[in-house]
Amino acid sequence: MNIHIPTPLRTYTEGKETVSIPGATISATFLQLTATYPELKQHLFTPEGKLRSFVNVYLNDDDIRYLPGKEETTVNDTDELTIIPSIAGGTGRPGARASRRTLCPATC
Amino acid sequence: MLRIQYADYVALRAHGEETYPNECCGVLLGKNSTEGNSAAAINTVHKVVRADNTRTDSAHNRYNIAPQELVKIQRQARGLGLDIVGFYHSHPDHPALWSPTDFAEAHWIGCSYVITSVERGRASITNSFLLTGTTEDDKKFEDEAIEIEVAGTAPHNLKGQA
Repeated sequence: MNIHIPTPLRTYTEGKETVSIPGATISATFLQLTATYPELKQHLFTPEGKLRSFVNVYLNDDDIRYLPGKEETTVNDTDELTIIPSIAGGTGRPGARASRRTLCPATC
Repeated sequence: MLRIQYADYVALRAHGEETYPNECCGVLLGKNSTEGNSAAAINTVHKVVRADNTRTDSAHNRYNIAPQELVKIQRQARGLGLDIVGFYHSHPDHPALWSPTDFAEAHWIGCSYVITSVERGRASITNSFLLTGTTEDDKKFEDEAIEIEVAGTAPHNLKGQA
């Protein structure tokens, strides 16, 4: 099936935005993906083999964390996997609309 | 360097004014390249896509883009022959500098993170920071020049200017 690679990880897939990887389940596909592109592994998984917390994986339009079978969900060639790191942030400043004079230091 | 059309630059700043006193957020679609003899990356923006801030519990000081929305935006980019080259958000009544939260939650190495300070509802300073490094362990934000292209005129290089 096709796996869509986010911009930062294309360094490890020879610049490819989409790679075609065979596999009967999501986990089997990931095994083949990281066998084909070994440098991807450390960016997707912890040393314990868990998907990193900020890495989201969607099977078509579904977050695999919420699929009944999770990573053991069976897949077919017409399915698509999308790897998408999270994006979040903010001032993180406690208290709504604190004084504007409270400027953060250079590194905030 | 971040290269962006004037209209897009105005649009992302206006978004921050519209959501004030809450943070806005969005995605920058374009192309990454290098130019001339410089090895420095250039993220050229071709389209600005607004996103919903899902941190409704703390929208005044946090933002989050739902992964499902990101998947759709990445799909949109693919259809346009573009890539996700950056993100933007606003800091209501706060400097246009990255925060520890911004850094901890930044995972798109090679992408530009644009921050606009919105003071009393008016966009003031806009800065861009390039996330560099190779892993979560060595990543860092680097100041990044913003080159604004105005149709029919020479580009303007801005850094920390309204």
